[in-house]
Amino acid sequence: MARKETTQRVVISTIGAWFFGFLIFFPILWMVLASFKTELEAFAIPPSFLFFHWTTENYVTVQERSDYLHHAMNSIIIAGGSTLIALLIAIPAAWSMAFSPTKRTKDILLWMLSTKMMPPVGVLVPIYLIYKSFGLLDSRIGLVFILCLGNLPIVIWMLFTYFKEIPRDILEAARMDGATIGRELVYVLTPMAIPGLASTMLLNLILAWNEAFWTLNLATSDAAPLTTFIASYSSPEGLFWAKLSAASTLAIAPILVLGWFSQKQLVRGLTFGAVK
Amino acid sequence: MKYVLGAVCGASVLLAVPAMAETTLTIATVNNGDMIRMQGLTGEFTKQNPDITVKWVTLEENVLRQRVTTDIATKGGQFDVLTIGTYEVPIWAKKGWLVPLANLGADYDVADLLPKIKDAVSVDGKLYAAPFYGESSMVMYRTDLFDKAGLKMPENPTWDFVIDAAKKLTDKSAGTYGICLRGKAGWGENMAFLSAMANSYGARWFDEKWEPQFNTPEWKTTLTTYVNVMKEAGPPGASSNGFNENLALFNAGKCAMWIDATVAASFVTNPKESRVADKVGFALAPNTGLGKNANWLWAWSLAIPAGSKKSDVAEKFIAWATSKDYTKIVAAKEGWANVPPGTRTSLYQNPEYLKVAPFAKLTLASIDAADPNKPTVKPVPYVGVQYAAIPEFQGIGTQVGQQFSAALAGSMTVDAALAGAQSVTEREMKRAGYIK
Repeated sequence: MARKETTQRVVISTIGAWFFGFLIFFPILWMVLASFKTELEAFAIPPSFLFFHWTTENYVTVQERSDYLHHAMNSIIIAGGSTLIALLIAIPAAWSMAFSPTKRTKDILLWMLSTKMMPPVGVLVPIYLIYKSFGLLDSRIGLVFILCLGNLPIVIWMLFTYFKEIPRDILEAARMDGATIGRELVYVLTPMAIPGLASTMLLNLILAWNEAFWTLNLATSDAAPLTTFIASYSSPEGLFWAKLSAASTLAIAPILVLGWFSQKQLVRGLTFGAVK
Repeated sequence: MKYVLGAVCGASVLLAVPAMAETTLTIATVNNGDMIRMQGLTGEFTKQNPDITVKWVTLEENVLRQRVTTDIATKGGQFDVLTIGTYEVPIWAKKGWLVPLANLGADYDVADLLPKIKDAVSVDGKLYAAPFYGESSMVMYRTDLFDKAGLKMPENPTWDFVIDAAKKLTDKSAGTYGICLRGKAGWGENMAFLSAMANSYGARWFDEKWEPQFNTPEWKTTLTTYVNVMKEAGPPGASSNGFNENLALFNAGKCAMWIDATVAASFVTNPKESRVADKVGFALAPNTGLGKNANWLWAWSLAIPAGSKKSDVAEKFIAWATSKDYTKIVAAKEGWANVPPGTRTSLYQNPEYLKVAPFAKLTLASIDAADPNKPTVKPVPYVGVQYAAIPEFQGIGTQVGQQFSAALAGSMTVDAALAGAQSVTEREMKRAGYIK
């Protein structure tokens, strides 16, 4: 009896999970389908789901008009670079706040988070002027720097929560066994923090990959990542949904694949914390 | 050693030559068919000017406006050529943000530019931008549906006729709607259409002393007429329809009439894009007999920002892209139907163009019927047909557009929308110091 109930539950929860999974995935699926339609079909009401004239014309047009690889390479460098630098700064910061907290640690953490509450457009002109003076406009290094700064509060917060869950007793036990700070970091702390580090890194990578405000405002052509590549396909006069969908599909493909391959680590890191 | 030295010298010369000679132009533009075509034909320009390379930055219209404004206001110097509209030209020229175009060359033929368009991109008689393509608005209608209903569209219809026809041609069960009009909120969306419509009803944005005029009977008639006809004969969900949504509806055969940009004529008559390509007729935007038709005037134009260090080369490119020769290049490569319309008189005298563009005559008549310097029946202190060329207009226009879009959606009455529009405009005009 109990077994039957369990099977029923499993079936229901599986169907429910698939349903919600499909619901969440639907916009991406719709975008991919639209990228294989003609412009007229992409706009058609009622829309056709699978029975339309499939075409790869939009991908051909996008390839002809834009240098996808140039934009993709910029995205990889900007997202990867900003993530790497953010982690290099955030790991020691979060480590010191988690293991040697002071009276002001909480205030500092809150202050860091408060910077995320300001709309970026509020500092656009000053940042633009600073970038102009230092010759950083339309440069990859400039974008790496601004995205790293923008995401740093989230990275520090995430790492802080992971580090905080690591029992101090384990570190003390290691010290009792004669481990130096370096050995303690490499052999004790790091293996325990890897899921947390991995999920923080992935989340930051996704945030930096999708960032559209600064990349659209500070990059022109040399450093323009995939966000500007997508933006160039929106048109005020003329149908553009199919071509825009093709451009978007190409733009999200790398990060989607990365997300698929690393979803286990991502979910484990986000839901189970550092040591459970 | 001798050989090594020779090789080093040779390599340095080779490396130095392109570095010395090459100038790179960065051009910011929007993703419109004509602009993309220009992008594709850049090779023709660089073939004539091997020392120039061209980089394109294509952006969404609003992003482009924000991006370019930031760059130009901070003198960032990121762009050498900008694509801007007739709204920006007078404002930016007065701020000293644009370089006047005085060296377009002897064979440019400025006199050939359509006078209304030329006026719209000039300030104090000086050209601050060169028009790339120009447009007005007009009625596009389904000849088959009109014939079936026994109606005949006059070349210069009145609003009464258009509204009556819209009601007669609506067959909601068959998914055919009498009229499709813009409803999406925005100064360049529903307000472009509604401002032009209001002009034809004798309304205006401001009186001579910059007092907002939404509390006048003319605006009430305009908005009531618009909301009523759209409720009775418009498509569902019209409050979120802009140019592209209506284009898709018209091309799918859902609209008997559509009043919008003349540039749409080439889309609706293109059999690759439209299911009704061979059944489309054109007429002037409607009027009420007061002497103004409900049509606007706009030109996407190329200009040089004051921060550019390559203005000479930039002007050379602009002269090429807006010349008569460019039109010939497009015609030779992609056919006369694809040349950028609405900027030069000579195009409308070209029999080859007239043969492939059945809408040419009405496009020209519509452009001629719009007057940015005298847009309304009563006098106004501003320039612009579907906008007032003041920096505050973008913000005000969009807020008013939201009120009117809400009235169309039915979440607000016409009176409440007009009162809201009046109060928003008064507040912003007071804040900006136009009125006390």
